[in-house]
Amino acid sequence: MAETAATATTDQIEHDGEGYRRRDFIDIAAVSAAGIGGAAVLLPLISQMSPSKDVLAESSTEIDVSAIEIGQAIKAVFRKQPLFVRRLTAAEVAEANGVAVDSLRDPESLADRTKEGHGDMLITMGVCTHLGCVPLGAAEGEVRGEFGGYFCPCHGSHYDTAGRIRKGPAPTNLEVPEYEFTSDTVVRVG
Amino acid sequence: MSFPWARQYEPKTGLTKFLDEKLPLPRLMYGAIGAGYPVPRNLSYFWNFGVLAGFFLVLQIITGVVLAMHYAANAQVAFATTEHIMRDVNWGWVMRYAHANGASFFFIVVYLHIFRGFFYSSYKAPREMIWLLGVVIFLLMMATAFMGYVLPWGQMSFWGAKVITGLFGAIPGIGESIQIWLLGGFAPDNAALNRFFSLHFLLPFVIAGVVILHIWALHIPGSSNPTGVEIKSESDTLPFHPYYTAKDGFGLGVVLLFFFAMVFFSPNMLGHPDNYIEANPLSTPALIVPEWYFYPFYAILRAFTVDFILPAKLWGVLAMFAAILVWFFLPWLDRSPVRSGHYRPLFRKFFWFGLIPCMALLFYLGGAHAEEPYIMLSQIATAYYFLHFLVILPIISQIERPEPLPYSITEAVLGSDKKAVLGENTTPAV
Repeated sequence: MAETAATATTDQIEHDGEGYRRRDFIDIAAVSAAGIGGAAVLLPLISQMSPSKDVLAESSTEIDVSAIEIGQAIKAVFRKQPLFVRRLTAAEVAEANGVAVDSLRDPESLADRTKEGHGDMLITMGVCTHLGCVPLGAAEGEVRGEFGGYFCPCHGSHYDTAGRIRKGPAPTNLEVPEYEFTSDTVVRVG
Repeated sequence: MSFPWARQYEPKTGLTKFLDEKLPLPRLMYGAIGAGYPVPRNLSYFWNFGVLAGFFLVLQIITGVVLAMHYAANAQVAFATTEHIMRDVNWGWVMRYAHANGASFFFIVVYLHIFRGFFYSSYKAPREMIWLLGVVIFLLMMATAFMGYVLPWGQMSFWGAKVITGLFGAIPGIGESIQIWLLGGFAPDNAALNRFFSLHFLLPFVIAGVVILHIWALHIPGSSNPTGVEIKSESDTLPFHPYYTAKDGFGLGVVLLFFFAMVFFSPNMLGHPDNYIEANPLSTPALIVPEWYFYPFYAILRAFTVDFILPAKLWGVLAMFAAILVWFFLPWLDRSPVRSGHYRPLFRKFFWFGLIPCMALLFYLGGAHAEEPYIMLSQIATAYYFLHFLVILPIISQIERPEPLPYSITEAVLGSDKKAVLGENTTPAV
């Protein structure tokens, strides 16, 4: 309301030369200050819901991969979600490279999904891209699906040895999180 | 309320006279749910469900407040305190089973209330606002029920929370940030559990507030009735008390019989056994499904499997929300001036042989495994669902020739207005 009153007064100044009243200025200044103050309150109210410092502190994980033998996989926890680290055998690497990338649902080569110099170290989230179940295949003796990688029991998604979706309802490959090798044997994820 | 023959409140004792001057609460109640509210004389049992829904809201609030006295919203102990309520707390088991089944019964009566509205077109002028507020209540109920199901921190709680908040991840660009913001982390954990508890406690009181608005809006035109003909004279009405307090009371008794039969003899019938396993982020249950009352919308969500401009997952999310939001537009989609389905031959056919089987199918499919033939069936049912509201209803209201309406409610009940026995302080019926 204060703003409508103010516009009217501005028009009047130009047209019939009447001035502002001091009270109009005080009205607008007071309501604006209160409005900005009120809006500023929203910032902490919204921001408090974002991940807190302790949650963020756990948002990166260091993993020692030296103990993983060829052909073995381990389950780690990254951001409270399972993370699969798998050291591929030469046969599995060859199998992954033997597939025509263009023929895939989510075309990516094994090299796109691993780091240079560590082409046999496949690090992916253990979260099916369909509805978020945890696929099987990381632990010893678990079913690895028709393509020898991972198999999600919920709705039957089959992933190959590069963690790429090959069959089933999942839309994309298993997600490769951001990570880097801090040394030859240590990986920092996140 | 707005009828001139409505009985007036007259305080008789010293106390009620004192109250009436200082805070006329008894007068308000008398006009709202007492003898001062004239109601159509021909209401069927389908008009019981509003009061029943109100009853279950109160039951949920009472049992919920009791449960909150013994529960701790912390991911370390939430599951344990839920079991503590079941095993150690005096009468804790009955409180929890009443609360869990109370939610189911709340949804049963609300679904019947909504379908009463669909059949008798209760959403039409002058009752649009009542309908809109009702849809708001339903949305709030869904949010509340979803968050309540997370609190026991079992496997279904955890994975349900993950899948449902994952829906927001389908929004392009900002989806993942929204999901992280909602959860306060990268997966459901302590932060999510705590905020869900806080909101699960708050929202029922917000619902109670909107219910008051819903009833307020109802009292302006007054209740609708099975003929859809508006009230014309006093002989069309009866005072709410004692006539409908008695009828609602009887209906409540019948529903409570079923309710307590479930609480005492089959309390887990509508639950999922997986929720008696503590939440484990590293292992998923074989079938993740929400509670039964979300099944139709879950079926719609999963019906989209093909990317078309937007990703399939996003289509599913949009369709799921649209399936409820379309109800907001119902008063303007159905343009027929006749309200009651009893006088609308074509509408009636599409209601009983279109919408009802379609909803029944969606209810079934939401709980089924995501595989053929269920996926194709959900696609057909979803298509019909939207077709019904967006195409069939508007066309019916254009081409249908309704059957003749009775002149008045009294005529519909007694055969003639002249047979009405009138109370005092009234004008004669026409």
